[in-house]
Amino acid sequence: MEKLINDFSYGLFFWQLVLFIGLIFVLKKYAWKPILNAVNEREEGIKNALAQAEQARKEMLNLTADNERILKEARNEREELLKEARSIRENMIETAKNEAQTEAHKLMEKAKESIETEKLAAIADLKKQVAVLSVDIAEKLMKDQLASKDAQVKLIDTMLKDVKLN
Amino acid sequence: MYKIQYYISIVFFLFSLTFYASSEHDSISMPKGENPHQEAKSLRDEIKEDIQHHLKDSHDWTFFHSKIDGSGFTIPLPVILIDNGLHVFMSSQFHHGESIVESNGNYYKLYHNKIYKTDAQGTLNLDEHHHPTNAKPWDFSITKSVVVIILAALLMLWMFSSLAKSYKKNNGIATGFGRFLEPLVLFVRDEIAIPNIGEKHYKRYLNYLLTIFFFVWLVNLLGLTPFGINVTGNIAVTFALAILTYLITTFTAKKDYWKHIFWMPGVPTLMKIILAPIELLGTIIKPFSLMIRLYANMTAGHVVLMSILALIFIFKSWVGGPLSFGLAFALSLLELLVAALQAYIFTMLSALYFGMAVEEHEHEHPHEEAHAEHH
Repeated sequence: MEKLINDFSYGLFFWQLVLFIGLIFVLKKYAWKPILNAVNEREEGIKNALAQAEQARKEMLNLTADNERILKEARNEREELLKEARSIRENMIETAKNEAQTEAHKLMEKAKESIETEKLAAIADLKKQVAVLSVDIAEKLMKDQLASKDAQVKLIDTMLKDVKLN
Repeated sequence: MYKIQYYISIVFFLFSLTFYASSEHDSISMPKGENPHQEAKSLRDEIKEDIQHHLKDSHDWTFFHSKIDGSGFTIPLPVILIDNGLHVFMSSQFHHGESIVESNGNYYKLYHNKIYKTDAQGTLNLDEHHHPTNAKPWDFSITKSVVVIILAALLMLWMFSSLAKSYKKNNGIATGFGRFLEPLVLFVRDEIAIPNIGEKHYKRYLNYLLTIFFFVWLVNLLGLTPFGINVTGNIAVTFALAILTYLITTFTAKKDYWKHIFWMPGVPTLMKIILAPIELLGTIIKPFSLMIRLYANMTAGHVVLMSILALIFIFKSWVGGPLSFGLAFALSLLELLVAALQAYIFTMLSALYFGMAVEEHEHEHPHEEAHAEHH
């Protein structure tokens, strides 16, 4: 201990103190401050970048979810539209069918009616012709039968017999 | 890569040991060669002296030096003395302690790495412990350790300012050597400062903690190079570092810190009175332990490493070289770890003390805390 104290160099102590304090201040200005600032900046940058990446990932997830949702919605909508179209088509067919049926029915009715009319007309015509024919025939027959005077009288008689005077 | 470096470093150590100069130890006032004790000095004593010499700071920087013909490579360093005025001259004028230097009418002599004021003949009055009783001037010389401190400071400034600049050049990412330094800076911040001081206050201390961590580590590592550097094994250096930690702790301490020292809450009054001086002493013991720990670890490392290298000269056979090399190599690896570990411990404990100084015991007296927060 005595040797240590005896050997203690004041000059070296002085220089060490002065130089070291100087070194602290010089390094602070030219090294530690810029180094730590740069490192801090970088660390902040990394932190921010990570946060941003996380944010982007979340956004991406949201976006995917949104996309999925939109897709689903679109699919649903398409389905809906298809369904609607189908129903519309069915309706249309139905209506068309119905209309056609009614139309057909109408036509049929009309046809029937006209056929009936025609038929009646034909029958009437036929009746007329038959009447004419029968009159003709009758005329001819009459002409033949009533060629004689006797026959005419006879007929008149018969006829008269038939007529009942009321 | 490291292995090669350490192999080289060991070889250099061998050289520095082989040619280490210690002529000033035994030629106090007599010219070289006339000292009758010189020949009689045993090899063990010589090695011991060499190690002692290495551990001490010196006024010049000797890379190698021959004891036989006195040749070698030494960088002289400026000597600055304050003794009724300023005396500045180069250490080469001492000629390794052989010459007396005259400066502005005063005579100075270098003896065992210390400068003493003498007369024109260079007479030193030794006491019974062989310590000179001559007056010592205030010695503010730029010694070997001061040069190394300056070099370390410049090296740190270069390394870390280039790291700081590389961020701007490369869009916020370090380049080159900075890639190695940046994790260390972050280690000090995230593993030393924040856990010990807390998120709230750590920023104030970070400049000091970073500087001290890298300074101690770098200087410890420089001590492992073969240039005979031993800065952190110097008590004046560790004292300066420890006293800074002490001053910062003391002057940034919160009310809570002093309260816990002088009037420990939650214990009986009698205990409070007994605890106060113990706690007060503790504040001094803490930095004192910092000082001693670093000093002792580095000194011990250097002593053991040099002693192992000296085995070569003790054995003087083919056993000594490989044995010494193997041991020194293993120990160098250990010292590499110790260099970082001591820097870490010093920084870590400093951070711990700062943490104590600013600690807020919210759970114990929330009312006071709220009050303090208000201010």
